[in-house]
Amino acid sequence: MNQPILAASGLSLGFDGRTVVRGLDLALDRGSVTTVIGPNGCGKSTLLKGLCRLLKPQQGRVLLEGRDIAAFPQRELALRMAVLPQTPLAPSGLTVTELVTRGRHPRQKWYQQFSVGDEAAVAAALEATDITDLSEVALEDLSGGQRQRAWISMSLAQESDLLLLDEPTTYLDLAHQVEVLELVRRLNRELGRTVVMVLHDISLAARYSDRIVAMKDGVIMAQGAPSEVVTPELLWEVFGLRAQVVTEPTEGRPHVIPLGQESVASSV
Amino acid sequence: MRGWVLRIGQASFVLRPRALLVGGCAVLVLLLAVLAHLMFAGRPLAFGEVLTGLSGGPGAPSRLILQVQDFRLPRTVAGAVAGACLAVSGALTQNVARNPLATPEILGVTAGASLGAVAVLVLAGGGAGGLSGAAAAVGLPLAAGLGALLFGGGVFLLAVKRGSDVLDSNRMVLVGLGATAVATSMVTWLLTLGDVTNAGQALTWMSGSLNGKDWDTVSPVTVVALPLLLISAFVARWLLLGSFDDNTARSLGLPLRWTRPLLLLLAVLLAAVGTVLAGPVAFVALVCPLAARQVTGTVVAPLGVTALLGACFVVVADLVAGFVLPQALPVGVLTTVLGAPVLIALVLRSQRRTS
Repeated sequence: MNQPILAASGLSLGFDGRTVVRGLDLALDRGSVTTVIGPNGCGKSTLLKGLCRLLKPQQGRVLLEGRDIAAFPQRELALRMAVLPQTPLAPSGLTVTELVTRGRHPRQKWYQQFSVGDEAAVAAALEATDITDLSEVALEDLSGGQRQRAWISMSLAQESDLLLLDEPTTYLDLAHQVEVLELVRRLNRELGRTVVMVLHDISLAARYSDRIVAMKDGVIMAQGAPSEVVTPELLWEVFGLRAQVVTEPTEGRPHVIPLGQESVASSV
Repeated sequence: MRGWVLRIGQASFVLRPRALLVGGCAVLVLLLAVLAHLMFAGRPLAFGEVLTGLSGGPGAPSRLILQVQDFRLPRTVAGAVAGACLAVSGALTQNVARNPLATPEILGVTAGASLGAVAVLVLAGGGAGGLSGAAAAVGLPLAAGLGALLFGGGVFLLAVKRGSDVLDSNRMVLVGLGATAVATSMVTWLLTLGDVTNAGQALTWMSGSLNGKDWDTVSPVTVVALPLLLISAFVARWLLLGSFDDNTARSLGLPLRWTRPLLLLLAVLLAAVGTVLAGPVAFVALVCPLAARQVTGTVVAPLGVTALLGACFVVVADLVAGFVLPQALPVGVLTTVLGAPVLIALVLRSQRRTS
């Protein structure tokens, strides 16, 4: 099957009469990791919200497995895609297990509160994110990186094929950013999840993605493999950033070295 | 999991030991409170007399049967049902408003009910002597119910913004406060119209009182209340997800555009029922969900425990206010006097824990 798992056609999104994303086309292959990059306010997060129906399209439509996303009941949508918003909020006092168990909500009914399948999925999600030891700890007592892993663990317990992450590395230090992205890679490679995420760090995006989508002012400027998209020309065009792009030695991915005023002058 | 999992075939339930323990204790306390209420709400009766009066078997004196079944039991039932309804309504309101200090009072229900009741008391009360007979037994609760539904329904309709995906909690609170202000000022105006007896009767009603409840009022309202409480049990599983942010709740498959208005509707109806039965008994809706959360140690108030605490609170408060204190008071006065310090203690305790 070559049908994209998620596709947008002529998609325009916005709020309060304003249009943020304009007539955008996008197709995501099953089993890939796609990262959307772009300057602040370019519509990355808006696009992600539109792809998971948190925002209704002004024009165009989103197809999930070939079917218009507007036609899915909320519960069925949650069975097919797990979404982690940028700054999710949980009620205070919630423990990690309680949070992760919420991921099973679309599969639960009032008389099916915690089935054998739920128990196994929660245990597997805790295991995959390496927070089994923290399962009885309250969410507010975790470090930023641990908390982010707990949230991802919840999305994982949903057992959906698609995983949408809006800036999963915000507020994390570099080590924790890498930790989260390594987890994303493992989910993709070992569990076959299709991942779409928004990231700010272009080098990390290049390193952990199969495909980069570069956006500016609500339209896609370029998309493709990291080595095709992450170039000095594109960085200038999209971010207005003078930069050198080198090949990092471990995986041969493009790596961005921003140039300041002086280095721009000396390199010319 | 902080709990035991019970699985029967395809069905599975999470049982929390602490909530079960608290619930069991609350059932016991409620039974004792009901018994005490039946024994001491009036001329003290012995335990055996209450049982004889309740069972109404052959040989039971008809005066005793009348006293227990027709005079005391409706008042006890009214207190228990009103307490349960108000408490559950409070829990639902706090969840929908995303504010632990929100109460059905901000939904306009209470003020609307007061307006209806006061209108009947003042306008139909006639001259001296106040309202009595059929007007008091049927007209008053009917008017209170209509007022509650009119104002609660109005707030509900205005809070649900057309074209918007999700019910906005802030919008709901603002609309509710506006409606409450309108109803309250109309009540004040009505009070200045009537004569002193009627105004006094109205003020007693507005402080929340179980005086003179009979089956004519209590049975129809209870018949409405029980299904509402039952429905609450089924929607209880929305409450935890509803206290996440909206995007996360929807991502987890909760259709907020249906669930939140439904919860609000349920809260309005339960508050209306509770207020019709007992008047606006203050602090029950505010304190009981908070207390239920604290004693069970759960993130959202378990509705069963909340309902039981509400029932206990009102029945005990009515017994103390009406029959233990040297000067009989309406139950609402006592719940306010007791509820305020309890609320302060609960807030202080929860702050100490989080700091």
